[in-house]
Amino acid sequence: MTVPGPWYLVLAACLFGIGGAGVLVRRNILVMYMCIELMLNGVNLTFVTFSRMLDDLGGQASVFFVLVVAAAEVVVGLGIIVAIYRRRTGATADDVSSLKG
Amino acid sequence: MTIFAGTAGPGCTISNLVTSEAKVSGLCTAKGSLSIPVEYRSIAPVLILGVAALVLLVLSATLPKRRYPGLWAGLTALAGIATTVDGIVQWANLDNPANTALTVGGQVLYDHFSAFFAILFGCATTLGAAISDSYLSREALDGPEPYVLMLACSAGAVLMAEAAGLITLFLGLEVLSISLYTMTAYHRRRAASGEAGLKYFILGSFSSAVFIYGAALVYGATGSTQYFEIFQFLTGTVVVHDGVLLAGMALLVAGLGFKVAAVPFHFWAPDVYQGAPTPFVGYMAAVAKAAGFAGLLRALMLALPTQVSSWRPAIWVLAVASVLVGSVMALVQADLKRLLAYSSISQAGYVLIGLQAGTQAGWSAASFYLFTYLFMVVGTFAVVGLTQGRGEVRNDLGSIRGLGQRNPWLAGGMLVLLLAQAGVPLTSGFLGKWLVISAVIGKGQYELALIGMVGAAIAAFAYLRVALLMYVPAAPTPARPGQPRGEGGGEPAVAPTGPGAPSGLAEVAGDLEALATAGLGATATAVALRAPSTARLRVPRATAAAIAVCVAFTVFAGVSTPVLSLAHSIGLTWSL
Repeated sequence: MTVPGPWYLVLAACLFGIGGAGVLVRRNILVMYMCIELMLNGVNLTFVTFSRMLDDLGGQASVFFVLVVAAAEVVVGLGIIVAIYRRRTGATADDVSSLKG
Repeated sequence: MTIFAGTAGPGCTISNLVTSEAKVSGLCTAKGSLSIPVEYRSIAPVLILGVAALVLLVLSATLPKRRYPGLWAGLTALAGIATTVDGIVQWANLDNPANTALTVGGQVLYDHFSAFFAILFGCATTLGAAISDSYLSREALDGPEPYVLMLACSAGAVLMAEAAGLITLFLGLEVLSISLYTMTAYHRRRAASGEAGLKYFILGSFSSAVFIYGAALVYGATGSTQYFEIFQFLTGTVVVHDGVLLAGMALLVAGLGFKVAAVPFHFWAPDVYQGAPTPFVGYMAAVAKAAGFAGLLRALMLALPTQVSSWRPAIWVLAVASVLVGSVMALVQADLKRLLAYSSISQAGYVLIGLQAGTQAGWSAASFYLFTYLFMVVGTFAVVGLTQGRGEVRNDLGSIRGLGQRNPWLAGGMLVLLLAQAGVPLTSGFLGKWLVISAVIGKGQYELALIGMVGAAIAAFAYLRVALLMYVPAAPTPARPGQPRGEGGGEPAVAPTGPGAPSGLAEVAGDLEALATAGLGATATAVALRAPSTARLRVPRATAAAIAVCVAFTVFAGVSTPVLSLAHSIGLTWSL
């Protein structure tokens, strides 16, 4: 039995949606960050599925770029998070709220 | 429908571009040998900036560990100047239309638009380095790292402007964004800087994910991520079920809308502008906006011109919302950097107005607007960086109060930059607004022109408030608005329009103060009236030179035509 392509697309859209909702709803910065990674993985699955459906290698090549970018973002993002939480105790986004107006 | 109109030379028609070179993106020729045609002069700006960043890193690792005042900023400015010069050489080289090319495996476009933005980002790097040096040594943050990040950021920005496909655009976008996240969080000892960096990072990564999902959907709908191949597919095919394509376009616009801080994707901007180190804010406001719009212009006008009826309403809404929300919110801000953040949101709205026209006139108007805005915003934030004092203690409106007394030259320069942002004639700001509004009038969209002018009038009040505050005497004690004060009125900084007697001057000062703080809340008024020190403000040499260049350019581009004709001839390369 083969799984039809659109199912993968729906799965990818669900991953992307769950990730997006997580960024907006969750308040732990590390979890928010993981949700962004989930969104990027939804994108990767979309690329691979379309690549297969269109019989074109471009989409699979694109996935590598997305992966590399995600890795670079992790490095910088965790650096910023660590730099901030040297002076704080927990990783809750609501505590970081001195900028408003 | 041609993309390169007016350039009849060989190698310039879209079919040539796609068939001869883009298809090489498979990378292997028939014999199995690897051959990618690379036009090195097309990527020279990226190479200059990238190599300069590496040189800085190597130097910092090999030189003895001590302070080198001005070295890092000087090298960065040099790389910026080299990029600008290279952009000008590119421009001259491209006057021969046969040199226009799609190169580096079909990933990079070499045309007037690329050269124009290489010049823009070169200027931004030079000015950004010049205004950062004194700030970083004042805050004891100096070292090569911020300049390395600035160079990397500019390289990413150039890549965004010359990308020929969505994946290259994404790579440029990420190089730019990741550098900017770090620059925002760079002030280690200031909690607001870290917080701003974190917010920018989370929302920026979110928007990048949205953007690349859009690219994936467009890829699924059209079979390619390359602009010209998308364009060819869409001209040759009638897309019946275009839901995936529409969703992809919407996500692309949303992702880039975040980067340029267009309403309703603007929520990060005020916080980030307030928290980030001030000279970096000026650089970021200019570069992130210009690069985001360069990518958006390319993607919409090269890949998706056939879908103009789908994306124009969306851009229309973003433009109107940005102009109005940005202008109105700028009125009620008591923090100078937040005020400028909302003002930059409203400026983004004007570029969007030019973009949504979807014509040559709109295209060149948007380019001109971005180029001139660079000088206005970098100069403005340089002045704010000087008045705020060590440790960024004062960012409120009151910090700029009495600047006319503390340093008349600086206040005069700031006045010119503020008036330019408000769109006063004889400045480049007026010309930019006039161009975008005439572009939409050319499309018969009078309602949008009207909204643009109303927004400019509203925003002008916010700029005039800052301008007035500069010339309110920096009295040692705050007085209630409207009440005459015994002291502080004797200085000649107040415009000589009062009844003449010293008490009359004091009254004028009081009126000026009342006018300057009208509409702010009570606490905000108290903040705005808190006077800064009255000591003369010293301006470091590099910063003074950068501000002078910004002011001179703002006036020069407003009264003469070279920049205008430069921007206009970008438009001539493209037609719809």
